[in-house]
Amino acid sequence: MVHKLTGAVALGAALMLSTSAFAQDKRVVTWNADYDPIPLAAAEALIADFEAANPEIDVVLTNFDHEAYKNAIRNFLTADPPDLANWYAANRMRPFVEAGLFADISDVWANNGLMDSLASSVLSSTIDGKQYAVPYTYYQWGIYYNRDAYKAAGVDVPGPEGVTWDQFLANCEKFKAANIDCVTTGSSALWPVAGIFDYVSMRTNGYQFHSDLAAGKVSWTSPEVAAVFDNLGKLQPYVTANHAAIDWQDAAALLVQGKAANYVMGNFAVGVFKEGGMTNDNLGFMVFPEITAGIARAEEAPTDTIHLTSGAKNPEDAKTFLAYVASAEAQSKWNAAVGQLPTNKNATVDPADPFLTAGFQALSTATGGIAQFWDRDADAEYAKVGMEGFQQFLVQPEQRDAILERLEAARTRLYPQ
Amino acid sequence: MAEAASTPRRWTQRSVAPWLFLAPGLLMFGVYVLWPIVESVTLSFYDWDGLYNKDGEFTGRFVGMGNYSELMTDPAFETSLWNNLKWLVLYMLALPIGLFIAIFLNQTVRGIRLYKSLFFFPFVISQVVVGLIFAWFYAPNFGLLYLLTENAFGQGTAILADPDLVTYGIIAAGLWPQIAYVMILYLTGLNNVAPDQIEAARLDGAKGWRMLWYVVLPQLRPATFIAVIVTVIGALRSFDLVSIMTNGGPFGSSRVLSYYMFEMALGEYGFRMGYGAAIAVVLFLIMMVFISGFIWKMWRDEKER
Repeated sequence: MVHKLTGAVALGAALMLSTSAFAQDKRVVTWNADYDPIPLAAAEALIADFEAANPEIDVVLTNFDHEAYKNAIRNFLTADPPDLANWYAANRMRPFVEAGLFADISDVWANNGLMDSLASSVLSSTIDGKQYAVPYTYYQWGIYYNRDAYKAAGVDVPGPEGVTWDQFLANCEKFKAANIDCVTTGSSALWPVAGIFDYVSMRTNGYQFHSDLAAGKVSWTSPEVAAVFDNLGKLQPYVTANHAAIDWQDAAALLVQGKAANYVMGNFAVGVFKEGGMTNDNLGFMVFPEITAGIARAEEAPTDTIHLTSGAKNPEDAKTFLAYVASAEAQSKWNAAVGQLPTNKNATVDPADPFLTAGFQALSTATGGIAQFWDRDADAEYAKVGMEGFQQFLVQPEQRDAILERLEAARTRLYPQ
Repeated sequence: MAEAASTPRRWTQRSVAPWLFLAPGLLMFGVYVLWPIVESVTLSFYDWDGLYNKDGEFTGRFVGMGNYSELMTDPAFETSLWNNLKWLVLYMLALPIGLFIAIFLNQTVRGIRLYKSLFFFPFVISQVVVGLIFAWFYAPNFGLLYLLTENAFGQGTAILADPDLVTYGIIAAGLWPQIAYVMILYLTGLNNVAPDQIEAARLDGAKGWRMLWYVVLPQLRPATFIAVIVTVIGALRSFDLVSIMTNGGPFGSSRVLSYYMFEMALGEYGFRMGYGAAIAVVLFLIMMVFISGFIWKMWRDEKER
């Protein structure tokens, strides 16, 4: 309610500012979202810009608490659908698409040349050949490292191009000798381990194999998966002990304090590292090392999206707004305010932010493909079983056979052959 | 004539009045207890992701006993069941410990009220707070227990990261308020122990364990009965501590039935409403075994009076 009110107040203010507007003549587009304060302010600025260009349209944003939204969307899409709703790309939107609750917006894509300007997100926005989402932001994953920890252990600080896998493991050995965790993570909420698994998997077998694995198309007993777990097993001894009982923020503290050297994380963690006292001088970013030589580099970049609902009362104006959200201009501004990356390739990022610049560079040169992260690429239940397996392997590597057997059993149950 | 007319009317009034008084309660019970039970059981025969389509139609698919047969082979369900059993057995420790503390505190010393309230304190604070306190107590790197074990054995024990210890760690956290609860039940019970019987037993030379076992405990039977009920129910519905302390982890080793049900039906990776409902039905049946036992005993006691 409070959020709702702030939205209404901001909207009222916007209305008063645009003196030429007659409130009663405006055509209303309703939009349900789940923004934290900073993205909310950015979204309000975006709405203000859109309304300035389209004075006859009034976009009404209703903001939900982030956690509550996951349940709320399931109710409001049937009970009281807004015109637009926030959600996520790839498999995360599949249940809503299959229940017919998200509308096909292929025409928005075709009419605005989005196939070209949003090229990196076409796959993740498409189900059965039709587009159901407008992606407007994503963020890169990679390895964030503490330069001071590297110096303390007497290890050469990696350059922007990163290091090789062998070099990385050799560094880990030195960190271990210096009593520093080479790779830290906090997996009490499970998903952080999926980042490590995804990268080892994509670097070992490439994007397509990883994507097939997430889709349940390949067996966990295949030699390719065995190779992934061999590589994970090499990393396992250097991962923070007891990671299963700590949050990702607590692991971030280990990196900040120099008790850990590297952290496989998403760019949103930069804020946490900097709050902990790190600066651009001692916080570094590199892409995950290449493992199998010659495989096209793929990256993880979970994408946030806006969808047109099937129950929309004003789909025409909502599509106009979606086209605006997809534009380079809107995305540059929104993402600059939030500190994430625009999905539109013609958009710009703040050159003063080394992490955004590096991320934009890493993603735009990722010829292998862009993965959405394990829990968005895989079906929800499959994702959960998988993440529990990855977590267990990083705690009890000797249980490898039992874990793979369990994952294979889950696969044959969820995807009958 | 007059007599014949008045008899059925009196009969009617007598039989209708209690139902009138019962009506609000029955209505509530029907709407909020019985109807959801029927709904849950029905839902457990469906495969449904919780979504209605845009016309408001139910999108579930009837699978008969499918969910139940899947439960039989589900390793996570087996883990949850075993953990529930551990909870049930270990939670019973609250009874002897609570009794011991109650007897210990049942004396007249200066400031005894303060001690009593301090012992009662953990029951007053929310389970969420208890969970957080214990999670920090166990936390790797900075938790008190971790630092203590690190000093004692050179290697810290992170209980919540250890799949073999995690359930015991959570049960220990749950016992803390539960012992306080049982203690307060026994303290009130001890107030009602007849002093003349104690006196008589003492004259007959009873003391120590024999006094406790043959004179005090039989008089505490009503308190023990209530304490067993609240402890059994507390153990079976354990959810908040698991949710706060571990989210069922590491890799699902601290799940209990109620948490697994939540995960499957309403968790972030769940929304399998039918499967969750099937777990709920199993939990309900387990609870029914105990609840019917209690009701049967209460019924018998009422009749004896």
